[in-house]
Amino acid sequence: MKKILLLGVFSFLAFSLVVGAGYKVGDKAADFKLQNVDGKYVSLADFDDARGFIVVFTCNGCPYAKAYQDRIIALDKKYKAKGYPVVAINPNDVDLRSEDKLEGMKKRSDEKGFTFPYLKDAKYEVYKTYGATRTPQIYVLEKDGGELVVKYIGTIDDNYQDASAVKEAYLANAVDALLAGNDPDPNSTKAIGCTIKQK
Amino acid sequence: MRFGVINITGLVIIWLLSSYTHKHQPKVLTFDDFEPHLHLQNDTTYLVNFWASWCTPCVKELPAFERIGEEYRHQKVKVLLVSLDFPKQIESRLLPFLENNKIHSEVLVLNDPDANKWIDKVDPAWSGSIPATLIYQMGDRTFREGVYTYEELKQIVEQKIK
Repeated sequence: MKKILLLGVFSFLAFSLVVGAGYKVGDKAADFKLQNVDGKYVSLADFDDARGFIVVFTCNGCPYAKAYQDRIIALDKKYKAKGYPVVAINPNDVDLRSEDKLEGMKKRSDEKGFTFPYLKDAKYEVYKTYGATRTPQIYVLEKDGGELVVKYIGTIDDNYQDASAVKEAYLANAVDALLAGNDPDPNSTKAIGCTIKQK
Repeated sequence: MRFGVINITGLVIIWLLSSYTHKHQPKVLTFDDFEPHLHLQNDTTYLVNFWASWCTPCVKELPAFERIGEEYRHQKVKVLLVSLDFPKQIESRLLPFLENNKIHSEVLVLNDPDANKWIDKVDPAWSGSIPATLIYQMGDRTFREGVYTYEELKQIVEQKIK
């Protein structure tokens, strides 16, 4: 009985450590260099004119992620012009999900007409550094001097089923707040999504 | 007159369909209607599993829950499978899945798109990915975001029913 309890405490601690490893709002975010569907490598440092970024962890198979990809395109078109381009990252292990290989990503990007880079987290490190657990999951970063600061973590809006029934556009509101010089409120939201697939 | 006949035939067909589907169709609940299932105050141990038929790790894990439900059917243990399948796919996907996999545990569909409003009410540790499972007997609650094995489930159930 005591052993079970101890085991419980240990797994809770381990779990907390894993969860605690990612970014929280206010943390400084690291740049990355990942391969895009066009074969080129992309870093956030390449975007000289950006005021910040909408970093989207997404993939090819998850119905929730797919349900949001049209909305992500619309958000990119709207906010790229205002200095907040979308950068999408696919973190799924390709041994478990062959459709998430770069070829499959290119196909998805072409079919949907992605207007933003769709990068492969080939070493499965970036999503861990960020602390992403599911697809889709968003991190809004703001440039502050030479740093990137996490300003919002969470979901896109309050209705994955129907874009026309959205009442709270959490992500758009967060970026609008930043553009107006304010901090997003809420700065963190949760949503149902697919576990990032890793061995 | 003809309109009346068509109308009545239509009503009979609707009635037949609804009585048929009523038997086979899981309840579809909003979070407010579902929430009492997370706080039942009796001596039963509840295993509440959040899943969807399109979620590969969830589907792999289901047999473990089915096995627990079967093994403890004479004890105060109950498995509740809370499906997050899209409401549009209940007929086309969820029902055939339940049929083909001969799922015996109780299934209900949680249809409440603004999950940000309710995920913390299941457990604050939940980030929102599935599978996720709450095992509880009154105030004794164990939550996990991720997959359980049969052995792990059995160990937790044994601990709670003591």
